[in-house]
Amino acid sequence: MRIENLEKNFGNVQAVDGISIAIPEGICFGLLGPNGAGKTTTIEMMEGILTPTAGEVYFREKKIDNYFKKKVGIQFQNTALPEFITVKETLELFRSLYPKPRSIDEIVEICSLSDILDRDNRKLSGGQRQRMLLGLAIIPRPEMLFLDEPTTGLDPQARRNFWELIEKIKAEKTTILLTTHYMDEAEILCDKIGIMDHGKLLEIDSPENLLANHFNGALVRLPHAGRSDLEIGDGILRGDHLEITTDNLDRTMRELLGSGLNLEGLSIKKPNLEDLFLKLTGTLLRS
Amino acid sequence: MNQFTAIVRARTMEFIRDRGTLFWNLLFPVVLVVGFSFAFSGENDYLFKIGVMGDTSGSPVSLLELESAEIIEYSGNRDDVIEKIRRHQLDMLIDFDAALYFLNDESPSAEVLRLLGSGELSGFSEQAVSGSSIRYVDWVVPGIIGMNMLFSCMFGVGFVIVRYRKNGVLKRIKATPVSPFVFITAQMASRFIIVLLTSIAVFTGTNLFFHFAMNGSYLLLLLVTALAILTMISFGLIFAARLKSEELTSGLMNLLTFPMIIFSGVFFSLEGTPAFMQTASKFFPLTHFIEAARAVMIDGAGVIQIMPNILVMVGMTAAFLVIASALFRWE
Repeated sequence: MRIENLEKNFGNVQAVDGISIAIPEGICFGLLGPNGAGKTTTIEMMEGILTPTAGEVYFREKKIDNYFKKKVGIQFQNTALPEFITVKETLELFRSLYPKPRSIDEIVEICSLSDILDRDNRKLSGGQRQRMLLGLAIIPRPEMLFLDEPTTGLDPQARRNFWELIEKIKAEKTTILLTTHYMDEAEILCDKIGIMDHGKLLEIDSPENLLANHFNGALVRLPHAGRSDLEIGDGILRGDHLEITTDNLDRTMRELLGSGLNLEGLSIKKPNLEDLFLKLTGTLLRS
Repeated sequence: MNQFTAIVRARTMEFIRDRGTLFWNLLFPVVLVVGFSFAFSGENDYLFKIGVMGDTSGSPVSLLELESAEIIEYSGNRDDVIEKIRRHQLDMLIDFDAALYFLNDESPSAEVLRLLGSGELSGFSEQAVSGSSIRYVDWVVPGIIGMNMLFSCMFGVGFVIVRYRKNGVLKRIKATPVSPFVFITAQMASRFIIVLLTSIAVFTGTNLFFHFAMNGSYLLLLLVTALAILTMISFGLIFAARLKSEELTSGLMNLLTFPMIIFSGVFFSLEGTPAFMQTASKFFPLTHFIEAARAVMIDGAGVIQIMPNILVMVGMTAAFLVIASALFRWE
């Protein structure tokens, strides 16, 4: 799947500002960004739900059309389900909308739905609901699966369970596009990552390469530095909080000890995507 | 199961399992019918209603001086007045110019009036009229069922689609290979079945107790009802085409349904209301249903007599559907 110079305006607001991404077949691509970065707008243009202001969306080198709808599975961020009908009836309803649907048993097996099949849609918990929505998304055996923040609002256990379901679907060689707030989720599930902010794509690469390109060595954090006149390595001061990226930990530590700073609470760690995100967008992902 | 029947089935189950709405749809019209039948069954202030036509000055008749009689002067077509006697809305008509008086022997008042008038009306000849009485409840029942149909059609299709649009059900459906045409016609079909069955249930149920006057064909009444439901659903679809806010939709629908209920002759006859009101009422689908249904039930009208109403409803349905489909957007 490929998009070229995709743009979308809502009135005067430029929600998506010229994005190009190519997603090779069979990978899981993660689109990351803070709230309002334009992730949902981008994914909905790729799904064919929103019409782009400019730019093109291609699937297997053809512009997407109505036929594309038979090949994709979509899990929206917010979807109300028809009321007063059960999980099983909802699955049957949506199965009947597709030409060659998966069997109920197969969906139940992949999404672990057996315990909630006869439950009314309105009585599902957050995690059960997401499992059910994933079930709806995989009905057509999609060649391309879109998951828009599928684990937002779930507790850690439910999120881990959901990742297992996605791993099962990945094993079927389905191409997946996932948007998320959670860096750990992206690191575990995604083969390639795009980081978005203010409607633009800041970086696109595999998680390993992104980290290797932006960080050398270790990340030293000092929560109560209290001074900004210091020049040590790539030190960045955010308020009271000093962050130093260094490829020579030994030298940095000696400099810090000699600087007379308060080293209470100092931490040294290997940088992860969360740190990269902070570096690129200047904001915390979930702020 | 194909797309169409699957959507019809899901929507119908949603309605049937929503006990509150189901109960309301059945109970509300029954309560109204029962309420009105009691409210208007009370005694009149007058014992008799006597109509007079022509010049009364030449022959003073003491009948007309009776305190217990309400005297109504008529001019115009005498057959229309005779029709009122047939329906027991009037007890007697005296036509002074033609030296005739009319009585309905199926009404208990006929004998008394004949006795009272026997001396003074000796120069007049009597004409017998027959027909059993039409109570207010016979007259009001098509109105109440029609009103219930209107609410159920407008809110059951128009409003629900707006809600689907707002909460994302419509978006979820849009992401499947279903065409808007299949989705909308399935919604219509489900509501059509629901409204037709509830209307039949309400009519049959209340008929057990009230034994409504029925001078025409039940089949024709059913056809008129089915057509009216289609017209009303199509009307509701216009609201469903684009609106996104449930509050706005419900406001607009109420803004339109209430005048329709008042000015379509649900509770009182439009006879004698200002001409503009009668003209305005012709634009409401409900008016045509009520007129046609009353004509069939009370006057025993056939297809030919109610053809104007049928044609207007067919035309309205077509127009509403064209407008709604031209305006429709998933988002």
